[in-house]
Amino acid sequence: MKTIKIEVLGTGCKKCQQLEANAKDAIAALNLEAEILHITDPIEIAKRGVMSTPALTINGKVVSKGKVTASAEIQTLLQA
Amino acid sequence: MFDPFYPFDWLATQIVTRLLGLSEVSHLGASLHFFLYDVPKVLTLLIAISFIVGTFQSFLEPEKVRHWLAGKRTFGGNILAALVGIITPFCSCSAVPLFIGFLEAGIPLGITFSYLISAPMVNEVAVVLLWGLFGLKVTLLYIGFGVGLAIAAGYTIGRLKLEKWVEPFVWELQKSRSVAVETEDFESTPLTWNQRFQEGWYQSSQILQSVWLYVVVGIAIGAGIHGYVPTNLVTQLAGANNPLAVPIAVILGVPLYANIAGVMPITEALVNKGMPLGTVLAFTMAVTALSFPEMVILRKVLRPQLLAVFISLMTLGIIGIGYLFNALLA
Repeated sequence: MKTIKIEVLGTGCKKCQQLEANAKDAIAALNLEAEILHITDPIEIAKRGVMSTPALTINGKVVSKGKVTASAEIQTLLQA
Repeated sequence: MFDPFYPFDWLATQIVTRLLGLSEVSHLGASLHFFLYDVPKVLTLLIAISFIVGTFQSFLEPEKVRHWLAGKRTFGGNILAALVGIITPFCSCSAVPLFIGFLEAGIPLGITFSYLISAPMVNEVAVVLLWGLFGLKVTLLYIGFGVGLAIAAGYTIGRLKLEKWVEPFVWELQKSRSVAVETEDFESTPLTWNQRFQEGWYQSSQILQSVWLYVVVGIAIGAGIHGYVPTNLVTQLAGANNPLAVPIAVILGVPLYANIAGVMPITEALVNKGMPLGTVLAFTMAVTALSFPEMVILRKVLRPQLLAVFISLMTLGIIGIGYLFNALLA
């Protein structure tokens, strides 16, 4: 199985850290191999077409933005 | 006039006079009443308003706002941007992505600025504190003047044609991405009411968690001032007769962003002792609209010249509002 690449987009606020924790939790729950990156540079965030943080990308595709997505929801997104 | 906060006042009075047997006009009694009245009042307002705002904010994703503002003319667009800024979510951490996203969609620089000024200035924490501590009239004036300033400053920046002072990479991004931006706008599914309430509740609890301590400490200091600091000391230092009070308040306000919740109750005590309200409004605007961390973040997309124009326009505007207000209410 190939490694999944997840990016947490956020400038280091509390919500962003919560989202990263949720993403890690989701990966652990599904027993997946994944690489998690935390993108804090606002310019990099804008390049991904995101205007409200925190946002989440899976394999380069933006799957949620402007909210702290719950672990259960991330799991659904990962399985999609 | 009907006072929605009367129950809080009544309860605080009962505790101070009946339970503790203190006189309301004694130093300690006055301080305690101030504390016991303000803490529950401000925290209740904070929970309620941020819940309501958080729930309705879920209707106003930045993508939607951008869609409304794209293709709007100057001035009309500035007004709309400033008004939309009242109710939209904003955190200084998303200022840059928002700025780039707006320009990418072809929204003029001046209109983008109108939004960027109004969104953080008229935020729920500032509004709650002004309403709870200084009343509805002052709050409405604050919102009105804030929106006015956002329109005027954004319009001016637009007229000055300062696009050349935006970092060039922003315009390159605009060229390379504008097509992709159009298509991905409407893919998200609408939320149910249940999810919206959850968002509201989440936001409300987050705000409460991050500011409650500042509120309590701020009110405690305010209570101390209320009961113990003599009135004429305050009038001398910050009263209407000190012409420098407004600019000093503005300068003091800039580094205080995170602590607005703690600083406002202190100003309430100062106003009760004779500090003019215009000075307080100018101070609050400086705290919310000219925060130092936001300027550092904006520097990533703005050349120093444009940042300087922005800061000067805002500073002059805020000081002007402070004087105008003091003159009107005097």
